[in-house]
This record gives sequence, C-alpha cells and structure tokens, in this order.
Amino acid sequence: MADALLRLTHVSKEYRMDGVVFQALDDISLRVHKQEFVAIMGPSGSGKSTLMHIIGCLDRPTSGVMYLEEHNIFKANDTELAQVRNHHIGFVFQQFNLLRKTTAKENVELPLVYAHVAARERKRRAVETLTKVGLADKLDNYPSQLSGGQQQRVAIARALVTNPDILLADEPTGNLDSKSGIDIMNILVSLSKTGKTIILVTHDEHIAQYAHRVIKLVDGKVVGDVKRRTL
Amino acid sequence: MNFSEFIKLSLLTLRRNKIRSLLTMLGIIIGVSSVILLVSIGTGLQEYITSTFESLGTNTVYVMPGKVDLKSMQSAGMSMISVSKFDTSDVLDILRNSSVITEASPAIVGAGLITYRGKTVSTETVGVWENYFLIQNFTAATGDIITQNDVERSRKVIVLGDKPASDLFGDTDPVGTYVTLGEVRYLVKGRLEAKGAGGALGSSIDDHAFIPYTTGLRQFNQSNPYMIAAQAATQDDVEQAATDIKRTLLRRLKEDDFTVMKQSELLSTINQMLGAITLALGGIAAISLLVGGIGIMNIMLVSVTERTREIGLRKAVGATEQDILVQFLIEAMILSLFGGLIGIAIGALGSYAMKQLITTYVTLWSVLLAFGFSAFIGIIFGVAPAIRASKLDPIEALRYE
Repeated sequence: MADALLRLTHVSKEYRMDGVVFQALDDISLRVHKQEFVAIMGPSGSGKSTLMHIIGCLDRPTSGVMYLEEHNIFKANDTELAQVRNHHIGFVFQQFNLLRKTTAKENVELPLVYAHVAARERKRRAVETLTKVGLADKLDNYPSQLSGGQQQRVAIARALVTNPDILLADEPTGNLDSKSGIDIMNILVSLSKTGKTIILVTHDEHIAQYAHRVIKLVDGKVVGDVKRRTL
Repeated sequence: MNFSEFIKLSLLTLRRNKIRSLLTMLGIIIGVSSVILLVSIGTGLQEYITSTFESLGTNTVYVMPGKVDLKSMQSAGMSMISVSKFDTSDVLDILRNSSVITEASPAIVGAGLITYRGKTVSTETVGVWENYFLIQNFTAATGDIITQNDVERSRKVIVLGDKPASDLFGDTDPVGTYVTLGEVRYLVKGRLEAKGAGGALGSSIDDHAFIPYTTGLRQFNQSNPYMIAAQAATQDDVEQAATDIKRTLLRRLKEDDFTVMKQSELLSTINQMLGAITLALGGIAAISLLVGGIGIMNIMLVSVTERTREIGLRKAVGATEQDILVQFLIEAMILSLFGGLIGIAIGALGSYAMKQLITTYVTLWSVLLAFGFSAFIGIIFGVAPAIRASKLDPIEALRYE
C-alpha cells in the first residue's frame, strides 16, 4: 500500500466569486494505486470536475499536497506541470475535443509533438495506438467523418499514445448513445486489464459499475469509498 | 516542439483558412506594394532628371533674368515673367572677360506651333547661336545644326529636336522639307540626336526646335536675349565662370536683374526636392502598412477567441505557455512576411508596368525597408494576441463553447 501512484493529502480548493468563497473541495485525502480502475461519482456541483482538474494537473489546489509517484507535483512551475500532463496524464473528455480539419492520425500525434518526438516515430506510434482502439481504417479521416463513438476512440488513442501513468476520463460516454457508450467502456475495461491506471469521473451509476472502486463526492467531501469485486 | 514544426503547423492552419489568411494579408500587401511602387516612381523621377541634366553637361551655367532663389523656389515662377535686361553684347562681354568660359550663347525662347502637311506640334522654339549646341551637347542625327552663318544672315532654317521630328515625320528624314512656324515657312536643316532620357515628363529636352538667334528675335518680336547659356572649360571651373559672369554683368546691370545658375546646383536642388517627395510618398504608404498590421492583430485576436478550445486542449496534452505563444506569434509573422513578399512582387510588377509611361526604379532600400517593416509589424501586432492565447486558463478554455 505504500507505493501509491497518486496520493492526495488534505487537498482543498476554494473559488472566490464576487467576494463569495465557494468551497469546491474540502480536505480530500485519497490514494490511487497502480492498475486501479477508479470511478469518482457525485452529483453536479459535488466537486468531481475540480478534483479531476487537480489530479490532471490542470489546476492547483488552494491547500494540500499531491504526490505522483512520490513527487510533490504542485511544487512544479507551470511549464513543468505542462510536461507532467504530457508524460504522465492522458485526458479523455466528454466533448472529445478533437481538432477540426485535422485527421485522426494527426490528432493522436498531438501530445507527441509537445513531447519532442520525431515525426516518423510519432506517425508510427499514432498508427499503432489507433489500431489498438480499432480505427486502423480511419487514420486519415477527419473528426467530421467519424461517428461519436469513433471520435471518442480517437480521443482515447490520443490519451494513450504517450503511454501515461494515468488515464483520466471525464464523462467519456456523456455525449454518446448507449451502444457507443458501452463500446467505449469496454475499451476502458480492457485497458484496465492490461494494467493501465484509470480514473473515471461520472454521475452515472451504470458507468461507475465498470470500475473496481467508486469514490463518492458530495459538497467537496468524500462520502464513500467502496471497492468492488473485479467483474 | 521545434521551430520547423511550428512553421509547418502555422502554414497548415493558415492554409485551412485560405480566404481569411489572404484577406488578412491584403493590408500588408497593399502597404508594401504601394511603398515600393511610390518610392520607385520617386526614384525614377530623380534618375530621369539627373540623367537629363548630365546629358546637358554639368559644366553649364545659365544666366536667367530677374532674381531666382533656388533654395526657396518661391520666385521660380517670377523669373518667367521677369523682363530680360540682357543685351546681345553681354554675351560677347562674358566671353571676353573670363578665362574659363569657353562658349556662350544668347537664347530667345518662344512657344511655337510647327505645321507640316496638316500635322501640327506644339513645342518650345529657341533662337540660338551655333555654340548653344556645343553647350547643351546636342549633335545632329541627320543634316546639320544652326551655324553662325545662319545667325548672321537670319536664315529661316530650323533644327528639330527628336520629339517634334518624329511626331511630324516619323522615321523619314525631315531634312530639306519646309515646315511652318507660326506664319513663316522654315527649311528643316537638321534633326537632333535623341538624348534618350525618354519619358512623358512634360517638356523633355528632346521636345525643342531651334532657329538662328537673329531669326528668333524677329519671329518672337524681341530685341534682346531672354537668357544666356555659357560653358566652363571643366566642371571645376564652374564656380569661377559664375563669378566672372556676375562681375561682367554687374558693370551694366543691378544685382536683382539677373541670376547666375549652375547646372550642378540646379540639379542638387531638384534632387533634394524629389528626395523629400519620395520620402513623403513612402511615408504615406507606410501608414497603410501600419493599418495592415492592425488588421493582422484584429484577425489574430478573433482567431484566438475562436480557437479557445483548441488552445485548452493543446495545453491539456502538454503544450507549455511558450509553445502556444510561439505558435500564434509565428502565425502572425508568416501572415505579414507572406503579405510582404506578395507586396514586393506586386510593387515590382506595378513599377515594371509603369515603365511604359514613366521612368521607375525599384530600389533595394525600399524593398528591404518594406519587407523589414512588415516583419516588424508581424511581431509587434502578433504579440498581444499570442500572449492572450498563452495565458488562457486550460480549464476555462476547454469549457468554452
């Protein structure tokens, strides 16, 4: 238990809006181990998105510390944080966030561009990763030529291409029909089986059931942390 | 991300928005091409006038009636209406009283309509001595120039400059035919060699006709020369020649009655004026470059807003602030540099097309200036949008609709 991949201790986040203080996260402490598949659940306004942004190093907590592989992450400056996101975190968003007028392959290459990987190697890895998510025949398609499920698979490939420590998925099925949603969750499950650490943010019980562990948030506090039997 | 990747990315982005990119560049294109075109016209004008003056000889001294102030040029028009107080004897006095003046000739100038077989040209007709041709470096292409013999006998002969000759006769040799000047018939004695400093610049030096001085006095109903042209032995003697002329004329005339003008002085004054005009034209055109730069800033700011989500996504997958800054800065610079290059091409082409009408001369400094300025504008007006893009909060940016 000592070698937690991710460790948050007493993490709080406050927002000030027009002089009113809003406590988005209230003294959160939790550990995520390697190869875990965690779902963070909660109603809207519970702070789950804020928590994901902090875990994803997109935002800094007001107080508290986060360790990623025992490194105190928020000691880093913004440029170093960008590198942490690049090397250690893979994001999957509800809105897919693919670049328009950019092919599937180029979209997947994007994180590698910022990792200073040479063009030839980038292409090779993008093709390899897209093949893994079942899109070997859609390499040169633009997002507008792909279905929602296919677009989300491109986004998953983009998140995986740097071989990150953690895959962060924020409502990955929120914009999909139920069949495509199941496809996406099956991909996440099989990734989990190959040993990838996955943190899933959702408000949907059915989606959360795919995870091994469900953390429930209400009003910025952890109100439940349940491990399930592996399915 | 390395530099060539940034350039590739920017080119790709700009290519995907062709119309917008082109419209954005338009301001810079118009600015750069007008700087180059206007400066090339101004410089061409200078070149034209310099070569014209030089073909007339740089050791020439003119004596004009009245007070002509070259520096202010205010009384330039005054000299035209000043009544000449010269006498033909002054010309001989000038020649006698100076050791450096080799030639001198009186000149009587009048407008004349020259008619040949129904065709009429309007040209400045000058009554001169034989050595006037020497002073002005004029030689006859066909026939002969006015001789002193013609002057003594007041012969009704005329020597046509290249322009009236070709207007009236085309390529055929006019020598031996008769033309009418005013009411009087003149025998064409010769046709002058073109000075070739061509162009439609009003009164070209080729656009003159010459008649014997004495014939001119009668033709224009005058009794004394309008001006005197003289030639110093060498260019170094011009100063001395001017002094000698002044000394000689002051014996008989007052200081305000005449002005001695050195060709070189005239040239440098005109060149100074044209230089200032060229600079002013270039400056006015440069303002449009500034407007073009603001256009680039405007579009880049719109582009940043439009691509907020893209910026957020790039940051999420590992782009640093510097990566985003450089990306947008390079995009702005490519817009202005491409605009600059297209502008240079259009400006040079335009200047080449204008060559059919007037002398133009594309100068290296105007090209470098215009190009450098457009690059500078790309950076200056690209910075604000690029900074805005780089400072976007990734979370907010990803939420942006």
